[in-house]
Amino acid sequence: MKFRLKLIPAGTRIGFVRVRFFAFVISGCMALASLGLFLVHGLNYGIDFSGGTLLEIGTDGPADIGKMRSELNSLGLGDVSIQEFGSPNDVLIRIERQDNATDEQDRQVVAMVREALTKNVDPNIEFRRAEFVGPQVSDELKRQGFMAVSFAILAVLIYIWFRFEWQFGVGAVSALVHDVIMTIGFFSATGLEFNLPVIAAILTIVGYSLNDTVVVYDRIRENLRRYKRMPMRELLDVSINETLSRTVVTALTTLLALIALAVLGGPVIRDFSLAMLFGVIVGTYSSIFIASPILLLFKVRNGKEAVEAGKESKSGAGA
Amino acid sequence: MLYFSPWKVALTIGACVFGILLAIPNLVSKETAAEFPPFLPSKQVTLGLDLQGGAHLLLQVDMEAVIKERLQQELDSVRTALRDARVLYTSLSVEGNAVTVKIRQDADVDKAMQAIREIEGGSAITILGTSSGPDFSIERRDGNVIALVLTEAAIEARRNAVLDQSIEIVRRRVDELGTREPTIQRQGEDRILLEVPGVQDAEGLKKILGTTAKLTFHLVDTTATAQDAAEGRISPSSMVLPADPETHGPNDPQQYVVRRTALVTGDMLTDAQPQFRNGQWAVSFSFNNAGARRFADITQENVGRPFAIVLDNKVVSAPVIRSPILGGSGEITGGFSTEEANQLAILLRAGALPAPLDIVQERTVGPGLGQDSIEAGIKASIVGMIAVVLYMWLAYGAFGLVANFALLINCVMILGGLSLFGSTLTLPGIAGIVLTIGMAVDANVLIYERIREELRNGKTPLSAIEGGYRHAMSTIVDANITTFIAAFIMFWFGSGPVRGFAVTLSIGIATSVFTAVVLTRMLIGTWVRRRRPKTLYL
Repeated sequence: MKFRLKLIPAGTRIGFVRVRFFAFVISGCMALASLGLFLVHGLNYGIDFSGGTLLEIGTDGPADIGKMRSELNSLGLGDVSIQEFGSPNDVLIRIERQDNATDEQDRQVVAMVREALTKNVDPNIEFRRAEFVGPQVSDELKRQGFMAVSFAILAVLIYIWFRFEWQFGVGAVSALVHDVIMTIGFFSATGLEFNLPVIAAILTIVGYSLNDTVVVYDRIRENLRRYKRMPMRELLDVSINETLSRTVVTALTTLLALIALAVLGGPVIRDFSLAMLFGVIVGTYSSIFIASPILLLFKVRNGKEAVEAGKESKSGAGA
Repeated sequence: MLYFSPWKVALTIGACVFGILLAIPNLVSKETAAEFPPFLPSKQVTLGLDLQGGAHLLLQVDMEAVIKERLQQELDSVRTALRDARVLYTSLSVEGNAVTVKIRQDADVDKAMQAIREIEGGSAITILGTSSGPDFSIERRDGNVIALVLTEAAIEARRNAVLDQSIEIVRRRVDELGTREPTIQRQGEDRILLEVPGVQDAEGLKKILGTTAKLTFHLVDTTATAQDAAEGRISPSSMVLPADPETHGPNDPQQYVVRRTALVTGDMLTDAQPQFRNGQWAVSFSFNNAGARRFADITQENVGRPFAIVLDNKVVSAPVIRSPILGGSGEITGGFSTEEANQLAILLRAGALPAPLDIVQERTVGPGLGQDSIEAGIKASIVGMIAVVLYMWLAYGAFGLVANFALLINCVMILGGLSLFGSTLTLPGIAGIVLTIGMAVDANVLIYERIREELRNGKTPLSAIEGGYRHAMSTIVDANITTFIAAFIMFWFGSGPVRGFAVTLSIGIATSVFTAVVLTRMLIGTWVRRRRPKTLYL
């Protein structure tokens, strides 16, 4: 077979660095918007973080959600949300955390809901899943999730610093913080459930985006040694272009697997898959448009080289 | 570089075969796997509760209640000690982690200190047993105040003892229910993780764990009337206990005045069984030797007087002792249902919890949902894999097929790795496998793109392949270490399903580096050296 699918032709010379200010402004605005959304609109926390009770039930035919709602509202459990989950025969019930209840009552919520539904709605309901998260645990999980993401970013900063230079560490971490903020903004905007697996997704996004960034950085480091006199700006462009085909192909294979997961993996991990899908796209963008151009803001070469390089670029030397 | 010594080839093939052998038991049923000859691995991947169905409960031991009880105990001993020493005091109370008492007369302070020191000497050995020093440090404060402060070491020792004991009791209770393979683990300072596979309804579990089941027998204080009790005019050595509403009707007494000291306690029981007698359910119990002797002595001395059977500070019943009970056994009645009698018997047999347990987290998954999740996960894996395989073939031709072969081996090895380490496969874990499928080819993409570059720079096929692998190596290592950092942190901070994801991801990273780098290099290298192609179409 002689045909080869090449999404990116060989020897591209796209001026990624030229549009850096444009990219910085766009990313800055998006990040601000994400933070704003997060502060104003908040996140649709799953019960892992908000505490409360969740039940997933299955019925033989399409579920009578209206009847379930009126039955459960009469139990006086506060805010009860009932929605279809994946199919009309599948219903997800969420009950807010019972702040004024004793532990005893709190423990009874699942039993009460079970009884009310089997007695008054449908005796053949299948109880597929029940989860209860107490307030002690939910606050702790929130803190742990925050710590995990922070520690991951810190660990990365240290690793990159050891393997490269501190400037690279700062660049990579800026890109990561950018990705994490964007993902949170995505969850705030879409109202998708933000739960424990999503934290895992964010950490994986951190790993993926970094993976992408490191590949470009490795090439930049190699080219810094090879083209001692090439101006930094040009060198960055060359490095990004040289790795562009790999960046796109890997993003694509990962996206293919994730799309399969989002469509076929079942409703329980759909939000997780969507977070990953979004993260892979943002992570790919950030390693090209943020992580590398940001190196221009710091002097990666020592001063002398930069001056010489500047002279050379005026005379039009290149790779 | 592209020459492989025979032992290297043997090692690589050996690792693949080993991975495949480890994965094979998962393809057959558990029973078949158990019958494998002993030289073949027979371990299967453990499915998480979210996949096989079951109940997961996180229990928190109420440590505050433990500390409070210990302080109350100390307060009682101080009261007795001061009374015996004839020291007058004004206020005796618990303040934070200390018992404080204010002595009325200056002259008595030394005497009081002496008396308090004496009880302190005793309590360290009798009550705690494990602690090296005394539980309380005694401080003399201004204004004739003596404070007994519970030491940090004592709190710590008590915490540990209580948690260990709670785990033991939980284990016994769960075993009594006859469930299969429960996992009971200590988590942090004051939590117990309980996982019971196959249980669909956690209500029964929650019920037997939500009861402390502290059984005590007390003499009823017959000198106090109901009115005394209501007005709080009772002797300091007695206390008021409410009647258990489940065994007491509206016409029965709603509270009892009983002696503080327990005559016999539930830890002296050797057995308890539900009994159906005279048309109602009861729980019969028998004491150990020490308990039987005490029970005999007390019933002998108190014939004709009532004694109260107290469960978790509620009076179940207060029968009158008709004749001395010498056989060391007795019966609790109280209009129980079959289920209640059975449950009480289980609780009494398993013993009392040293402190109340709160259920702070619950996850119950029915077997139907678990099966659906597995099916959806497998479907997503297969479709994802086909998409990636097709793409790699289109993009890199024969080289893509080599990468695809490596990917297939990789998936099998992940399964083998999960079986080998006995790690639990959770739903997010399946997501981790699907994600690894997408990311595992990254190493091959890096290498192939590099080979293309080398070819463009005019290298011969052999040296291009060699250079491609060599140059891509440092990038592959960096890229995988960073993902590994993320996985490690997930494992460190995560719990349950997230940990399962982290483990799968980590195993996937390790196996993918092996298959994508070592295995493909051997395959491609062997091919190139055999065929010596003049041009490489990549």
